[in-house]
Amino acid sequence: MLKYILKRLGYILIALYLIVTATFFLMQLAPGSPFASERDFPPQIEAQLNAKYGLDNPWYIQYKDYLIDTVTFDFGESMKYKGRSTNDMITESFPISLTLGIEAMLLSVGFGILLGVIAALYHNKFPDYLASTIAVLGISVPSFILAGLMQYFIAFKLDLLPVSGWKGFQYSILPAFAIAITHMGFIAKLTRSSMLEQSSSDYVKMARAKGLGKWTTVFKHTLRNALLPVVTYLGPLTAGVVTGSFIIEQIFAIPGLGKHFVTSITNRDYTVIMGTTVFYSIILLFAVLIVDILYSVIDPRIKLKGAKK
Amino acid sequence: MSKKLLEVNDLKINFKTYAGIVQAVRGVSFELYEGETLAIVGESGSGKSVTSNSIMKLIPQPPGIYAGGEILFDGRDLVPLSEKEMAKVRGNDIAMIFQDPMTALNPTMRVGRQITEVILKHNKNVSNAEAKERAIKLLDLVGIPMPEKRFRQFPHEFSGGMRQRVVIAIALAADPKLLIADEPTTALDVTIQAQILELMKDIQKKSNTSIIFITHDLGVVANVADRVAVMYAGQIVEYGTVNDIFYNPRHPYTWGLLGSMPDLKNNVKEELRTIPGSPPDLIHPPKGDAFAARNEYAMAIDYEQEPPMFKISDTHYAKTWLLHPDAPEVPIPDQVQQRIDGYLKEAEENGK
Repeated sequence: MLKYILKRLGYILIALYLIVTATFFLMQLAPGSPFASERDFPPQIEAQLNAKYGLDNPWYIQYKDYLIDTVTFDFGESMKYKGRSTNDMITESFPISLTLGIEAMLLSVGFGILLGVIAALYHNKFPDYLASTIAVLGISVPSFILAGLMQYFIAFKLDLLPVSGWKGFQYSILPAFAIAITHMGFIAKLTRSSMLEQSSSDYVKMARAKGLGKWTTVFKHTLRNALLPVVTYLGPLTAGVVTGSFIIEQIFAIPGLGKHFVTSITNRDYTVIMGTTVFYSIILLFAVLIVDILYSVIDPRIKLKGAKK
Repeated sequence: MSKKLLEVNDLKINFKTYAGIVQAVRGVSFELYEGETLAIVGESGSGKSVTSNSIMKLIPQPPGIYAGGEILFDGRDLVPLSEKEMAKVRGNDIAMIFQDPMTALNPTMRVGRQITEVILKHNKNVSNAEAKERAIKLLDLVGIPMPEKRFRQFPHEFSGGMRQRVVIAIALAADPKLLIADEPTTALDVTIQAQILELMKDIQKKSNTSIIFITHDLGVVANVADRVAVMYAGQIVEYGTVNDIFYNPRHPYTWGLLGSMPDLKNNVKEELRTIPGSPPDLIHPPKGDAFAARNEYAMAIDYEQEPPMFKISDTHYAKTWLLHPDAPEVPIPDQVQQRIDGYLKEAEENGK
């Protein structure tokens, strides 16, 4: 097991190197500069700024500098927001996105699996149609429309929850729902089809022949076997959700990490682009690693390559 | 005579499909005594598995429909029982052995827990430790070496034959009175088949369990059964003791089955016989005798009227017009007669 994890960590480093390199060259190719949106500078000032951030160096020196920054996890000062380091921006906003993301994850996984199981158990009956309809609506209604509707009806008309802001738990409920609903629908669909596939297999019939009840059979036998496709989806889902959503954070005025992904690019804020990209990549790669380890925990037939018992 | 354990009367099972209602079981009646083995034989689609599943009420409803008849187990009719009441019967009074041991065990659950689960479900005052002890004893009973170690393993760490032994151990876990074995040896190779059959006979002797043995392998039937029911198109067409069926078959379908069994001992050059045609469509069952179209001895009445069960002896019944007093004498086909003579000779030799 340890050997397997070490090997995978090696792959993660290689993947990170490739991502950093690709990002760097894409940034170099993109026209514009971090200072282009400011008022017109005299050329001397722009030259000074470029010198300050090392942007006047040839590309290989810049590339080397970026690599060193990445290795030391110090991405330097933001080129747009003077005096704020990229690291600070991430550490300030990431906990907010993480909280929101975890809430959304719990909601989408919990309700998704529940809906999927109900749909499969009452296959082609009313509860199945209801659960499937909810799932399809969840997938097809864009989160910003749902966010707007919830803000208007639940927050503004009924005054149950705050419209926007980030001052406590109740501020996180609506945005968490808005993020969760699409993923919930998707997980429900995955669970349903996977449950149906498992339900027709012999061991489920055997469990019934043992005299186990409907729900006991589901929870003890079917569900665990049916969850593998859902677990596969969880890796990218985790990475995407905990690093924040640009749209939802904008709508609910949440100071999360999501907006930095987008604004740093439009600002050509090189240090922040690099910081957020590396940060996102690390979370994604580790989430995928954890999913792979989870596989072997859920299904004993899956042996991790290089893992010893 | 020992006690009657199971009595099935005129059982009818239908399935609703898009094409129409399939009459999978069309009025099946049989009975089973304690400690007895009844083999149900027939080709694919003859309704044997549906009959056996329906006794445990494992037919999914819908699309399955219990269209009539009763299943008296220990004098109690199982058909009107609710799911909850049935759950107490399943595994506890009636247990089932499945055809394919490769898929019958939950791949993600340790073998031990799959056995203790049944024990704990049906005995409320058994502790986990006691259940474990019993499960290990069961594994030992069905001939699995090192049961303590095996108890903690997963199904994929077992071979096919070993898995079928585990399935049998699970079936035996709650001391059932009736064991339904749905083609338990079909998915196994021949040497393992013999071992599993031996094991089942052994268990039956020890615990006086009744067994319903579903198979299409007549060789297996001769080995294990006391009585045989031959099924065709959702009906029992011939019913009798093993000797009745093997030495004095009366239904042309039974002749066909016996004739199409490869015979390795008696006549090497003989070509393998088959029954011409295919089973009828059970959405629109044919008028008269369902076997008529494939029967070389069919008479005009076979296409008009369904034959009743004719009594041949106290134990032997067959559903064919050939047994009617007015019917012409039809001798058993030569090749089948040769087979029977072969069996008799063999039996004599074994007897000596």
